[in-house]
Amino acid sequence: MRKIALFGLVLLAGCAGKTPPPATTAAAGPKPDVVSIPLDPYPSTYRVYPGVVTVIQNATIYDGAGRKYAPGAVRIENGKVAEIGATVAVPAGATVIDAAGKYVTAGVIDAHSHLGDYPSPGVEALSDGNEATSPARPEVWAEHSVWPQDAGFARALAGGITAFHVLPGSANLFGGRGVTLKPVYGRTAQDMKFPGAPYSLKMACGENPKRVYGNRGQMPQTRMGNIAYDRQTWSDAVEYKRRWDDYTRRAKAGTAKPTDAPRRDIAKDTLMGVLNGEILVQNHCYRADEMANVIAMSHEFGYKVTTFHHAVESYKIADLLAKEGICSAMWADWYGFKMESYDGIRENIALVDHAGACAIVHSDDANGIQRLNQEAAKAMAAGNRMGFGITPEHVWTWLSLNPARALGIDKQTGSLEPGKAADVVLWNANPLSVYARPERVWVDGALIYDWADPKRRPMADFELGQPGAGDPK
Amino acid sequence: MKRLAFLIAGLLASAPTLAATVAITGGTVATAVGDAVIANGTVIIRDGRIAAVGANLPVPAGATVIDATGKFVTPGLITAMSTLGIVEVEGVRQTNDASARNTPFSAAIDVTPAINPMSPPIAVNRLGGVTRAIVGPEASTEIFGGQGAIISLAASGDILMQGRAFQLIEMGEDGARSAGGSRPAAWLNLRNGFAEAQRYARNPAAFDSGRDKDSLIKRLDAAALVAVVEGRVPAVIHAERASDIIGVLGLKQEFPKLRIILIGAREGWLVADKIAAAKVPVITLSLHDLPDSFETLASTRSNVGRLVAAGVTVGLGIFAGDSGAQPRNLPYFAGNSVAQASVPGGVGLTRAQALATITRAPAQIFSLTDLGTLEPGKRGDVVVWDGDPLELTSAPTAVLIDGVPQPMTSRQTLLRDRYRDLTPGALPLQYNK
Repeated sequence: MRKIALFGLVLLAGCAGKTPPPATTAAAGPKPDVVSIPLDPYPSTYRVYPGVVTVIQNATIYDGAGRKYAPGAVRIENGKVAEIGATVAVPAGATVIDAAGKYVTAGVIDAHSHLGDYPSPGVEALSDGNEATSPARPEVWAEHSVWPQDAGFARALAGGITAFHVLPGSANLFGGRGVTLKPVYGRTAQDMKFPGAPYSLKMACGENPKRVYGNRGQMPQTRMGNIAYDRQTWSDAVEYKRRWDDYTRRAKAGTAKPTDAPRRDIAKDTLMGVLNGEILVQNHCYRADEMANVIAMSHEFGYKVTTFHHAVESYKIADLLAKEGICSAMWADWYGFKMESYDGIRENIALVDHAGACAIVHSDDANGIQRLNQEAAKAMAAGNRMGFGITPEHVWTWLSLNPARALGIDKQTGSLEPGKAADVVLWNANPLSVYARPERVWVDGALIYDWADPKRRPMADFELGQPGAGDPK
Repeated sequence: MKRLAFLIAGLLASAPTLAATVAITGGTVATAVGDAVIANGTVIIRDGRIAAVGANLPVPAGATVIDATGKFVTPGLITAMSTLGIVEVEGVRQTNDASARNTPFSAAIDVTPAINPMSPPIAVNRLGGVTRAIVGPEASTEIFGGQGAIISLAASGDILMQGRAFQLIEMGEDGARSAGGSRPAAWLNLRNGFAEAQRYARNPAAFDSGRDKDSLIKRLDAAALVAVVEGRVPAVIHAERASDIIGVLGLKQEFPKLRIILIGAREGWLVADKIAAAKVPVITLSLHDLPDSFETLASTRSNVGRLVAAGVTVGLGIFAGDSGAQPRNLPYFAGNSVAQASVPGGVGLTRAQALATITRAPAQIFSLTDLGTLEPGKRGDVVVWDGDPLELTSAPTAVLIDGVPQPMTSRQTLLRDRYRDLTPGALPLQYNK
């Protein structure tokens, strides 16, 4: 283990040694013509919808970063949280909501969704989540499958979701790029993209890749095949990065022409983005032993796993995950539907949290995304039966700030703190109760869902004119 | 061989425990009879049956007392559909006996011999307060899925209560697929099956005469359908779309003795009055709200509330396609129906109605006359909860089946206890048992 870590360091150091020195040629001669890989060729066209200055007061607030305000008040202004506390200043003309007996939380963030890629209705023609044509497909991007007319976006919003990460499926070892969206309908997927959110690379361990390709008589057919295929792919990516780094250094020094640039490999662009720390690894992995293998592999090739997803056995290696600083995105109680989920337990999330590792409640499900607060409540109760004394305000970190960190958007959202986005949910009751529902949801300070106002409840194109359209659902 | 002997010894050791007299005292007792809730209630169980339920009853001499002060007491939960005992790991073929892709048989399939009382999901769900389960097969290559059973989740004794308790029939999109690709084809299969059953019933010995060898229904399948067309066992028919539901209700015109139970019925609320008028009960789940197929476009969380308001008996149950759902989570499905009543324009249930969907209603639907409520004479299936039984943070502290307190452990609690402390010890964790 130590040896591998050391090797990883050596490799990183090696890369660092090849980094060109800071440019000192700005004053001298023409700017060198350097071919570079565009990092954001499909930029977000999301627009912040208009909001008004709003004060919600007399509420119980879970801020998403582990704090509770009771009584609590929050002021939303210019799309941001302007102030939060027991009381806040009420500017003239502000919309004031008396939330006595009600709860306010940071918006819920789902780190694992397939909305849009596996939309409703779940027909073959719309089944766009797995490019299961090769074990490594890092070149595909989940956003290019997103159907913006998925009714699931409306349901997620009504469940208090204010951001979510759409990942490719897990048929492949390298599934492709994931994208962070807002549950604010647009005419295109780009309209829904969370501005500034980093991309992710979806990877998968275990049964799915080995089953999908093994059944075709292809590699991988085994778990050892999974890792071997992964390692070769990473090794090739390291070489690709080396060529680009070398070219970039020479081009900047004026010793390489644009025609000397390496041939673009769209798949390896994604992998190089991971090696450069620009793209976060979201790794589907159930079993503890496989997570440990992946951690060792990440050291071997010099990248970081941000989050293990599903992670039903994280409780067996919670100490290792804490040490490595890797999040686990988990269900509260799914287990036993496949062999690698056999050892799932209800205390998983609480045990991971208790070990000081980053715990996230995720859905992977178009229904589950609507009630992540309820899953969190179950996990809290299981932990508290073990005597952990987990508070509701701490639980809300599993739903907001921790997933925001795992998605690299924690500077913008994930907690109700001054200056951060006003992604806010007003609940009619304690959101860790089965009887609670979101009354209103603000995204970037705009009231984008109101359970009492049909004009503020969206309906996807697909639902227009269909039976049950307009029902509050 | 040695392993087998060990297993048999284990089975003998877990022979039925004789139920002593038990008094559960001081709890808030939700009887599931109407909306009756008894504060400071006592439930007395004698010889495995409920002897008395009431406020401040005297505790019989010699009774085992379970103090439920500050706690809640309900009937044992009944899941109106499940694969408990026949599926251990859904994705592992060897442990999944719910469906058979390569069998020539259909309606004759009987889940009974597959039921495994040692299957871990039984203990896992028992810890969630589930004491009885309807167990159904999944149809795969035919619209007739086969015959389901009713089981107890008791840790010891014979858990089979009733085999061949119903026939599962797929209509709608699933039925169409099984029948070769269209709804009309599924309807033909259904009518052909029932007609052949009637022909078989008239003269079993002559059943094969004059039949084509490629005839669509086997002798055993026709025989199994006789009880269905004659109304001796109910037909649990899966239909979601409103028009499919109407079609299913119409079967009673052709086959008047048919006892129909609808399962799925996500668009049931659109035709709730017709379902109620036909006195057909419904098994469904309360949280579907996505148009996730063309037969479920009108899905809404108000479906259960609207059906109950129309007078339909609704039981919650889990069947193929409800991935992630588990019988132990039924209280939350019920509780969410209560929450639905608070949504402007939504229709939900009262707490008593919600509790009924996971206790009294499933018992009624499957004619389990001595289960589902806390009333004298009923079986001693009782659950003591540490909080509101429908609440996410509550859990059972005691589960009794036929008056016998059940063990409160499962494979999951053992795993939890093994891994709660990861500090390296003198031996690997695998020595903690």
